[in-house]
Amino acid sequence: MAQEISDHQYTSESIQAGSRVYVQQCALCHGPQGDTIDGINLRQGQFRTASSDEDLARVISEGAAGGRMPSFELRPEELSGVIAFIRAGFDPEGVAIRIGDPARGKAIYDGKGDCATCHRINGVGSRIAPDLSDIGLIRTPSVLQTSLTNPIATLQPINRQIRLVTRTEEVIIGRRLNEDTYSVQVIDSNEQLRSLIKADLVSYELSSTPVHEPTSLANEEVADLIGYLLTLRGLE
Amino acid sequence: MNILKTISACALFVTAFITSFDSLAQQEVTYERLLNSQDEPENWMTYNGDYSGQRHSQLSQINRNNVDELELKWLLQNQVFGAWQSNPIVVDGVMYITQRPNDVIAMDPVTGRVFWMYKHTPAENARVCCGANNRGIAILGDKVYMGTLDARLIAIDRISGEPLWNIEVGDVNLAYSITMAPLIVKDKVMVGVGGGEFGIRGYVVAYDADTGEEAWKFYTIPAPGEPGHDSWDDEDWEHGGAPVWITGSFDPDLNLTYWGVGNPGPDWNPHQRPGDNLYSDSVIALDADTGELAWHFQFTPNDGYDYDSVQVPVLVDREWQGQQRKLMLWANRNGYFYVLDREDGEFLLGEPYVKVNWSSGLDENGRPIPTPQPEGMPTWPGNQGATNWYPPSYSPRTDLFYFSAWEDYATIYRAEEQEYEPGRAFLGGGFTVLTPAIGAPGVGIGRTTPINTWTDEVGHAALMAMDPDTGKAVWKYEQFDVSDGGMLTTATDLLFAGGREGHFHALDARTGELLWKASLGGQIAMAPVTYMVDGVQYVTVISGNAMATFALPE
Repeated sequence: MAQEISDHQYTSESIQAGSRVYVQQCALCHGPQGDTIDGINLRQGQFRTASSDEDLARVISEGAAGGRMPSFELRPEELSGVIAFIRAGFDPEGVAIRIGDPARGKAIYDGKGDCATCHRINGVGSRIAPDLSDIGLIRTPSVLQTSLTNPIATLQPINRQIRLVTRTEEVIIGRRLNEDTYSVQVIDSNEQLRSLIKADLVSYELSSTPVHEPTSLANEEVADLIGYLLTLRGLE
Repeated sequence: MNILKTISACALFVTAFITSFDSLAQQEVTYERLLNSQDEPENWMTYNGDYSGQRHSQLSQINRNNVDELELKWLLQNQVFGAWQSNPIVVDGVMYITQRPNDVIAMDPVTGRVFWMYKHTPAENARVCCGANNRGIAILGDKVYMGTLDARLIAIDRISGEPLWNIEVGDVNLAYSITMAPLIVKDKVMVGVGGGEFGIRGYVVAYDADTGEEAWKFYTIPAPGEPGHDSWDDEDWEHGGAPVWITGSFDPDLNLTYWGVGNPGPDWNPHQRPGDNLYSDSVIALDADTGELAWHFQFTPNDGYDYDSVQVPVLVDREWQGQQRKLMLWANRNGYFYVLDREDGEFLLGEPYVKVNWSSGLDENGRPIPTPQPEGMPTWPGNQGATNWYPPSYSPRTDLFYFSAWEDYATIYRAEEQEYEPGRAFLGGGFTVLTPAIGAPGVGIGRTTPINTWTDEVGHAALMAMDPDTGKAVWKYEQFDVSDGGMLTTATDLLFAGGREGHFHALDARTGELLWKASLGGQIAMAPVTYMVDGVQYVTVISGNAMATFALPE
C-alpha cells in the first residue's frame, strides 16, 4: 500500500504517457476513476494482491484472478507509464502541486485552520464533515488544493448538506451519505446515522454550497496543509 | 399357440414402449414449438420469450390485485464475481441459466435445486471489453447451445449436461468473443461475435444445429466489391468492428432474422475512418436460410460515441397511419426512438427521448444531422448511451413500448489517432463522464458494491412507456440511479423491471403506478422472465449474485 505520491519518482512525461495507456487498455474495466472493480481502487492504491511496482507489472503482464484480469502485452515504457499513472493517483498534473511541511501543516489544521470543528482524524474531531483519516490516499494533491481554494469545485455531490422535514415535523439537518429512489441516508447534526424513507418526508432540500468558504490561508500555509493531509493514510 | 402368445406379448410391450416414446417425443423442443411459443406461455423457450422480441407473457395468474402478495420462493446464489446478465430459459420443468464465465446450469424452476452444471473454461487470452458476460443459452431438440468468451459455440446434451460438439466461431487471439444467447431458427443455430473495442470485423454466422457445420456467414462490414464497401476508406474495413452481441429477432412470414450491429472501430476517433462505416450501428435483415442481406437501416453513420445498435429488434404488427403494417420498434443507444417498416426497412418515425446534442434531428430518411461538440465539451447522451442492450418490452394490450432510459447523462470524448495491433484494444482515444465536481465519481458500466457514491446529477434512470405513434413517453418511472434493467410485461397489464439500486418493481403497465417492490439489494442487469409449473406462475429475476423467484402464496 506504499503509494509515494510526493516522492516525484515518476516523471510527468511518464505519467502522461501512462494516462493514455490507461484510457485505452484499462479504463473499460477499471473505469475512468479506477474504482469499478470490486475491492480494487487503483487511484487510491487499493489492490487485491499487488503492493510493489514489480507486483503491479507482473499482474498487468501476466494477468491475475483466474483470468478475470487478462494479461497485457505492453511495451516497457507503456508498462512503466501506466504504473506511474496509477501511483500518481491518476493525476498527470499532480507532480506540479506544491507540497509543504507536514508538521507546520498539522499546526495549521489544529490551530488557525480550525478544521477539527467539522472534520475528524483518527477519532478526534467532529463527524459533521467527511472524516479525513485517509484523505491522503483518496485525494490527489491538486484536488486537495482546489478543495481549499475553491471548495465548490470539489464538493462531492453525495456529501451535500441536506435539510429534511418528516411527517412528524422533525427537522433533520446533516450530510448526505447515500440515496436511492425510495430512501436517503444522512449523518445528522448530532452525528447520528439516519435512514429516511422519502415517502415519509414532507420536505427535502439539498444545499449546493459547501459549508466552508475558500480558504484565507496564505499559499505557503495551503502547501503545508496539503503536506499534512497527504500523510493521512488511514489505519495501515 | 405358444409362439402366437409370445408374439402378441411382444407386440403389447412394443406398443407400450412406442406410446411412452410418443409422449417423450412431444417433450422434444422442436422448432414448431419455438415458432408457436405463444401457445405455451408456461414455458420461456427463447431469449425474449418469443421470436418477436416483445417479452410479453400471456400468463395471467399474477394480476394487479394480487401482485402485492408475491413472496420469495427460492434464491440461487452465484459464486462468481461480476454483474450477472444471463437470461433463464424454462422448458418442460427445467430451467437453464448461465453464469460467469461460461457455466451452464440446469435446475428445477420450482425449487431452485441444481440438476447439473457444465463448465467451460475460456482460453486465458480471451478478451472482452466490458466484463466476462454471458447472456444465456438457446435450446433445440435435445441440445442447449452456449457461445463462449473465447468465441466458441458449444452444444450440450440438455438432459445429461455432457458436451456434444465444441467449435471455433472466431479467433480468440484477435479478441473475438461471444456473450449473447444464440438464436435458433428452423434447423440452425445462429450467433454473432463481440470485439468492437478490439478491431475485429464482425459477423453473424449460422450452423447446422445438429452437427455444428457452418451453413452461412454474413460479415457486418462489406468486403471490396460488395455493396456498402465504399462507406469505408482504404483498409479501415478490415478492423472496423461492427460486432453483433445481442440475440436477434425473427419474422417467420418474411423469413427474415433481424440483428442490431455495434459500433465501428476505433470507437472514439471517427476521423480515422471516414465514411458511413456500414453496417456499424445499423439493423440488418438477413434471410434465415441463406444469410443474404435483405435490407439495412443505419442509425448512426460514422459514429464517434460508441452508440452500438445492439438493442433487441422488437417486431410488432399494428396499424400505422391507417394501414396495417409490419413494424419494428427501436429505442436506440443514440437517444432516438425509431419506428421502421420491417419488410423493407423504411424509416417511419424518429424522435429523441432524452437530451441529444450530437445531432440536431433526423432528416426525412431518418439520417441524423450531425452536430459534433467542440473538444472538451459534453455530448448527450453519454458513452453508455441513452439505453443499451437490456431488453425492452412491448405489450399488445397497452400498445406501449417499455425500456430503461438514461437521462441527464453526458460524456466528454477525446479522439486520438491509433494504430491497429492484433488482439489489443482499438479505441482511438478516451472519454470522461461529465460530473458536477472535480473527482466526483461518474457512472460506470455496472455496480459492484452496495455503496452508491455517485448521484442522480451524473445521470439517472427513467423507465419510459413510449407511444409508438408519436415517439413520446406517455409516462415515466424515474429512479435515482441509472438502470440496466430489462422489461417484462404480462397479459394482466403488469410491468416487471429492476435497476442498479436492487429494487425489483411491479408497475401498472397502463399508468406507471408502483404496485409492488422487493428490495433485493444487488444490481438488476437483465430482464425478468415468467413461467408456470403445475399451475403456479413464477417470476424470476437476477439481482447481484442471486437469482430470485417469486410466486403467489399457496
